[in-house]
Amino acid sequence: MHILRDVRTMMIVLLIPVVLMILFGFAISTEVNNLNVAIVAPNRTEGVRQVVERLANNPYFTVVDYDSSIDIDKVLRSGKADAVVVFDEDYEHLIAQRAEGIDTHPAIQFIFDASNTNIAQTGAVYLQNVVSTDHSRQELLNLHLLYNPQMKSAYNFVPGIMGLIFILICAMMTSVSIVREKEMGTMEVLLVSPVRPIKIILAKMIPYFVISCINLATILLIAHYLLDVPMSGGLGGIVFISLIYLILALALGLLVSTLASSQVVALLISAMVMLLPMMMLSGMVFPLENLPTVLKPLPYIVPARWYIEAIRKMMIMGLPLSAVVKEVAILIFMTFVLMGVSLKKFKDKLE
Amino acid sequence: MSDYIISVKELTKCFGDFTAVNRISFDVQRGEIFGFLGANGAGKTTAMRMLCGLSYPTSGSGTVAGWDVMREGEQIKRHIGYMSQKFSLYNDLTVWENIRLFAGIYGLSKAETEKRAAEALERLNFSSERNTLVGSLPLGWKQKLSFAVATIHRPKVVFLDEPTGGVDPITRRQFWEMIYEAADGGTTIFVTTHYMDEAEYCSRVSIMVDGEVRALDTPARLKEQFAAESMDEVFRILARGAKRGE
Amino acid sequence: MSAIKVENISKSFGKVKALDGISFDVKRGELFGLIGPDGAGKTTLFRVLATLLNPDEGGAEVDGFDIVKDYHAIRERVGYMPGRFSLYQDLTVEENLNFFAALFGVKVEDSYDLVAPIYRQIEPFKTRRAGKLSGGMKQKLALSCALIHRPSVLFLDEPTTGVDAVSRSEFWDMLADLKQRGITILVSTPYMDEASRCDRIALCNEGRILGIDTPTDIVAGFDSSLYAIKGDNMYQLLLAARKANGVRECYPFGEAHHMIADAEFDVEQFKAELVEVKGLHIEPTKPSIEDMFIKLMKQ
Repeated sequence: MHILRDVRTMMIVLLIPVVLMILFGFAISTEVNNLNVAIVAPNRTEGVRQVVERLANNPYFTVVDYDSSIDIDKVLRSGKADAVVVFDEDYEHLIAQRAEGIDTHPAIQFIFDASNTNIAQTGAVYLQNVVSTDHSRQELLNLHLLYNPQMKSAYNFVPGIMGLIFILICAMMTSVSIVREKEMGTMEVLLVSPVRPIKIILAKMIPYFVISCINLATILLIAHYLLDVPMSGGLGGIVFISLIYLILALALGLLVSTLASSQVVALLISAMVMLLPMMMLSGMVFPLENLPTVLKPLPYIVPARWYIEAIRKMMIMGLPLSAVVKEVAILIFMTFVLMGVSLKKFKDKLE
Repeated sequence: MSDYIISVKELTKCFGDFTAVNRISFDVQRGEIFGFLGANGAGKTTAMRMLCGLSYPTSGSGTVAGWDVMREGEQIKRHIGYMSQKFSLYNDLTVWENIRLFAGIYGLSKAETEKRAAEALERLNFSSERNTLVGSLPLGWKQKLSFAVATIHRPKVVFLDEPTGGVDPITRRQFWEMIYEAADGGTTIFVTTHYMDEAEYCSRVSIMVDGEVRALDTPARLKEQFAAESMDEVFRILARGAKRGE
Repeated sequence: MSAIKVENISKSFGKVKALDGISFDVKRGELFGLIGPDGAGKTTLFRVLATLLNPDEGGAEVDGFDIVKDYHAIRERVGYMPGRFSLYQDLTVEENLNFFAALFGVKVEDSYDLVAPIYRQIEPFKTRRAGKLSGGMKQKLALSCALIHRPSVLFLDEPTTGVDAVSRSEFWDMLADLKQRGITILVSTPYMDEASRCDRIALCNEGRILGIDTPTDIVAGFDSSLYAIKGDNMYQLLLAARKANGVRECYPFGEAHHMIADAEFDVEQFKAELVEVKGLHIEPTKPSIEDMFIKLMKQ
């Protein structure tokens, strides 16, 4: 009821997902406009010159360097070039051999900075088209992607955002709002009334649950219509898993609220115990494979990890619900444990 | 310079259309314990802020500790002491650290700080407690200490905001004794409060209602004037007519 | 039968003993005051009686119900107003009242006769948010909310702290009125001067009760002779008076100093001894609750 009074918080809570989605979705513009290309050609033969000319004349590309040898890594890291085109020393010869049907190693190599997946993906296609006007030559190309070899695509972040937002809104907001009652002294009055504690908890949780559902809908709409996320795993399954995750986040929030005595503490606990590990250990930002061995078991207890995993499978890989049974089972289990613990801890006495 | 430590004429503060403080004038002598009373919303806090140099009056004139209230707020702040019941000392610092901190804030030199802090501790019989955390001191001690800290830079005037609300009667008396002692030594004490029993301890009392000073005299004469038993009654007679519902 | 029966309650927080063997009885329909400074344990006692805390030792009954075993029954019968303002600041006056009515499962109309005398005073501001009310009005709203379910016992923890003298006096008038309607009221305050508004009082300090009685009888227990002295220089007077013969104690007491005298004290001799103090004025005075409190604290 009085959550609606706090118009500012409401707006923020409802807008966060939209802003995040759009930011992540479009900050990385999907259109490749001006690709800086460095060219390495040990022998500037006629064939090489033709290709270079075509590149230089194309409005999509800017040739920033053209040399017989370049420190490729440096050029890419410094951001001077987005891609490097390397001609083989024996370019003319290889092309000729190829034309005769002899299998050779590739004559041209593309090396991309794939940390920006969009540029790498689209740029590679463009480059291929420009360089090899003749379709038969395509096998000559060799594509190298540096820094992000798996080519995580732009919408890969969507499951991550979902994991983040629901923790943020359900867990953090619930805990803060319950703790605020403690801080304001209203909890004292609520407890002294004959209303059962479970009712107080539900009354505190339901608004945030509703808000999160609105957010879920917004995210799914944006993902589908603006970012063209396939969601081929079935909408029903995605919603189902998300609802479990929402309840889990609420339980987590309740648990934090029983531990924290002030809003600041609640925020801190939320941030330290939930957000940070979630970002770090859920595979959202850093690939889990790269974790040091000591930390390897940690992600298994981070709920967001399982959620993101499941959503990723269903949303992006397009697997059906049956493929994520393990994740769902783990999430449900965690939900029960957390709910049980926090309900037990939530006392109807002060202290 | 006259013997008036605080002297204000027609001091006014407006917030937009609202006149929070309406042309108040009064003088406070050296060594006086001056009670500044008013109901919630009477403009007491606004007036106090102007006198402490925290905000500038809209119009009027006056001096506090010899500095102009219209222009020299920074100087005023540096030359007055301030103590409130709510905030005064850091509980997680020791007695000594608190003194040093506040002495530092008022720009005392290191040697001077040492000397005055030792003196203050001596006077309070606190020397043995210099390394005790303030948080673990009994309330009465804390209060005496915070008064000592508020006067560490030897201000001519100390502003006390509800200094003894909620304090037990014995501690409270010890505190007033300290204030009497300071006043006897020439420090002017300016007490704002809405507890009328605190007002009884003051040598003169002013009562603000609706942004104006409605009464100013010794407690005895005020009681006589309003034919009242206590300051509480005087206050009620005056404040009942208040128009501002806040 | 007593409305509140407290037996030997103790409660500690870590090393601090907030309540140390507290016992007292409050009769039905009585206005009982707990008088004492901050740290006397008043708030803890209220929380124990309002079933928010369990005592370490001892027990209590409120309206015939045990505070530990039957705490749900107690929660339906008491109105509790905590020391801090504890209403929803961002809800309006009216919404707060409706919310509390809903919380106790009652209709505002059903208790309106009880709440009306208080609520009517804030009704003109009913669309204002509670956080924007003045101290006095907040207290009236909080009291209205605490009364909405027609409790038989009211717990009011420092309802007049931070409220100006006019509102304070009005608040006590309201309590007197509620008492007339048969509600048992347990109220705490740090202000000794409010003690006279109660039927009976308990003076508390540091978790213990120093004395329980009617305000008049408490004061009657002050058995030494007491004088009020004044002079032009109050501080010098205080120092001089303490050195005078037959003076057991002298302490500031508002406009005058109060002086407790021995049997051998002689006014004329005292005046002679303090001849240097200008404007000396001495007269016998009646002890107040505060004098008694000081006396009891020193025992």
